[in-house]
Amino acid sequence: METFIGKPVKRREDNRFLKGAGKYTDDIKLHGMTHSAFVRSPYAHAKIVSVDTSAAEKAEGVVAVYTGSDACGTIGVPCGWQVDFKNGETMREPMHPLLAKDKIRHLGEAVAFVIAETLELARDAAELVDVKYEALPAVTCPKKAMASGAPKVHDEWEDNAAFDWCIGNDRAEVEAALANAHHVTEMTYKNHRLAPNAIEPRSYIADYDVNADKWTLYTSTQNPHLVRLLLCAFALGIPEHKVRVVSYDVGGGFGSKIYHYTEEALLTWASKEIGRPIKWTSDRTEAFLTDAHGRDHIVHSKMGFDKDGKIVAHLTDEFCAMGAYLSTFAPAVPTYLHGTLFQGVYTTPLIHLNVVAPFTHTVPVDAYRGAGRPEATYLLERIISKAAKEMDMDPAELRFKNFISPFNGTTEPGYQTQVALQYDSGNYEGVLKRGLEMLGYEDFRKEQAEARKNGKLLGVGISTYIEGCGIAPSAVVGSLGARAGLYEVGHVRVQPTGKVSVFTGAHSHGQGHETVFAQFVADKLGIPMDDIDIVHGDTDQVAFGMGTYGSRSLAVGGSAIIKSIEKVLEKGAKIAAHKLEAAEEDLEYAEGKWTVKGTDKSISFGDVSLTAYVPHDYPEGVEPGLDFSSFYDPTNFTYPFGTHIAVVEVCSDTGKVEIKRFVACDDVGNVMNPMIVDGQIHGGVVQGIGQALLEEVVYDGEGQMVTGSYMDYAMPRADDIPMIETDRTTTPCPHNPLGVKGAGEAGAIGSTPAVVNAVVDALSHLGVTDIQMPVTPKRVWKAMQS
Amino acid sequence: MQISVTINGKTYAHDVEPRISLAQYLRETLNLTGTHIGCDTSGCGSCTVHVDGASAKACTLLAVQVDGCEIKTIEGMANGSEMHPIQEAFKENHGLQCGFCTPGMVMTAADILKNNPNPSEEEIRHGLEGNFCRCTGYHNIVKSIQHAAEKMNA
Ligand code: FES
Ligand code: FES
Repeated sequence: METFIGKPVKRREDNRFLKGAGKYTDDIKLHGMTHSAFVRSPYAHAKIVSVDTSAAEKAEGVVAVYTGSDACGTIGVPCGWQVDFKNGETMREPMHPLLAKDKIRHLGEAVAFVIAETLELARDAAELVDVKYEALPAVTCPKKAMASGAPKVHDEWEDNAAFDWCIGNDRAEVEAALANAHHVTEMTYKNHRLAPNAIEPRSYIADYDVNADKWTLYTSTQNPHLVRLLLCAFALGIPEHKVRVVSYDVGGGFGSKIYHYTEEALLTWASKEIGRPIKWTSDRTEAFLTDAHGRDHIVHSKMGFDKDGKIVAHLTDEFCAMGAYLSTFAPAVPTYLHGTLFQGVYTTPLIHLNVVAPFTHTVPVDAYRGAGRPEATYLLERIISKAAKEMDMDPAELRFKNFISPFNGTTEPGYQTQVALQYDSGNYEGVLKRGLEMLGYEDFRKEQAEARKNGKLLGVGISTYIEGCGIAPSAVVGSLGARAGLYEVGHVRVQPTGKVSVFTGAHSHGQGHETVFAQFVADKLGIPMDDIDIVHGDTDQVAFGMGTYGSRSLAVGGSAIIKSIEKVLEKGAKIAAHKLEAAEEDLEYAEGKWTVKGTDKSISFGDVSLTAYVPHDYPEGVEPGLDFSSFYDPTNFTYPFGTHIAVVEVCSDTGKVEIKRFVACDDVGNVMNPMIVDGQIHGGVVQGIGQALLEEVVYDGEGQMVTGSYMDYAMPRADDIPMIETDRTTTPCPHNPLGVKGAGEAGAIGSTPAVVNAVVDALSHLGVTDIQMPVTPKRVWKAMQS
Repeated sequence: MQISVTINGKTYAHDVEPRISLAQYLRETLNLTGTHIGCDTSGCGSCTVHVDGASAKACTLLAVQVDGCEIKTIEGMANGSEMHPIQEAFKENHGLQCGFCTPGMVMTAADILKNNPNPSEEEIRHGLEGNFCRCTGYHNIVKSIQHAAEKMNA
């Protein structure tokens, strides 16, 4: 019988996408639907003196105009994670209004909302709204935001801190160890701000049905149930059982579509006001101005080594921007998703991270592909490579010296870090060995030496990362400040004919769940993939769910489905035993049938299914039907790891960096579909390269965005990138049934420091020891000259 | 303004506002929502269609500019249920993830291969310069186009 786990099964969802028949939110049209546009602030910080909507209201085709003075101005969207100050003071949590009323706190903040019969008429009318502002000085840098006298984002508190936080060993102990270290490497830099840039802009349609007294929100979200919960319980206070949230096809997320945005709540509110459906789709400039950004940490770090090159201590201080308001998961990103990875793959005995998280006059910062882990990895992998140079050691050798030894997490215990987490299983030297082999490291070093003689600037950069996925269990994340559980729901409905519908709370926005989930369900049930349908993205169909982010879909969502499959097979066995007149323990299930062991007596999955729904000849005390739902709350995070190696050539005339080779050896645990895992790695790697070389959101001193379009924000294009060479090692996750770890973010986590390490390596003989990202030709050229 | 255009082999006559882009016209008037809009500066290529046989960005053309033209959109690539070899190759090589850039990529790929049936990797990458994909890292898109070229030349 054909099995599917581990095979590069082609994706089912591709048929509709390739024909242009995907159903993205902006593709949906409802009867009587109106269109809308926002009036957004041209200032980062200003007093709103007056808003005059009279001309807009009278304009052709206008249905309604709302401002912060309307009822919606008193409504705000909530934050989903609370991190209190070190001294016990509660996190400062400002109201995040749907429309600004008195004050503007970031460029692009919405001041008025115009609804009209067509998009063009809505935009025309928005131009007629007359807003008078009194501009105020702004602060966009998280470090400057904490300086005395900095412009305040929220007047109600004495300074701009939203919270501060620390993790690890006692600071004094870490400082003492650094003071006694044989060598200390130091770095100060900015892990700069990025725009996630899913190619599909955010899009929403809210539809209030007055006769049914029900709302439907079509939204480009990564987690429909979470949006419904936040919308109903916190933002609007409307009854959850009367709200349906639908997200069919979503054109990429990368974190930016996790959050419950103000526009979602405002459209839902206004749809009831006007009694008609309303659509809003962001344009690209609005996306730059209003989608939550990523990163934006100012870092100062020290790592101490003994004379053999063993790490003895690591101390880091960071300023991490929150933006003007606290986005849904923002407080978790520079804390529990970041500091908890400071152990890296090394045996560092003493670690301390201190974080100050200020408000800034910018759009909120939240999770962007990797969320906190790319920032941790960048720091560790840059500083260890810098240290290797300073101590005149090979960067691979220094890593081998400091690796945590391999452990499988079953017969050998997990690894307890200094920063709260316990790693599940790992073989860090294994991925580095394989990565070096793939590259031909020794030979490359010879080639590099030769090239240098000829004035050619070649460099190699290594990064050996670990990350944490599928964060859980709920009780633990709750104790860390999460205001939601982080389990997942998997519902398996066997139809009377033996066909299977699987409902998952995970959500696909490119990951291919419709294919991958069907692969393992087919194998576990021993039935063809064609007999299985995967349903997601509709709160009326799927019981509940926490959605897709943090590379959690298979590890958490897949495990929930497995739990339900086990229940199906358990009940199926009872029915089969009855039909076969055998004892349950004498049956075995394989290839889609129950067989009495050692005989040829068997009954198929389809026949058992039919019996469950036509229970004429049926075991006593067993309910009809074959339909199970399960909640799966993992016992731990999963910890994928890997090695990424970049080879670059720097043009000595222009400073332009060309990536000659990129090698990635990742360990994401067991692999369901290698084609899809490779695709995830490729995409992540290129996003990471984008951060290293090209991308940066730049605000000027007044809080104006200098990079608000694709003309100014440099995204990686096809000709910036080489083919990505991938391979894997396999260290199964010991604590979930599929042994999977997650592959969605690994690429973006491992790649960035590999590229920057390679550039610095290429220039090291010129005395260059560090270079600020993005590594533009100008920065390289300047570094070469100085 | 009155326009007449042939789209995927069918001729349409419509009265359109002069400021409406070809992309909006396709999406809103004709319900051909396979042509996507990802930006406002001709930067992303999600909206790529063919106008009189050459690829063009439908977001930066006005509907009135294509009066009398022949347009092909992603919806016109497959022959009924049979996919175009380029579409097949994208599926075979996992050249798409979220699918949003995909229609534009397929239309651009068709244009690349029309002008150069045997492109090198470098030529393919150069030809894709006007199209963003945030999901695939381009690796499998390049492979898809290489594979499509082989199939179409066979
Ligand atoms: S939508 Fe046409 S280039 Fe982006
Ligand atoms: S497949 Fe998502 S943008 Fe290309």
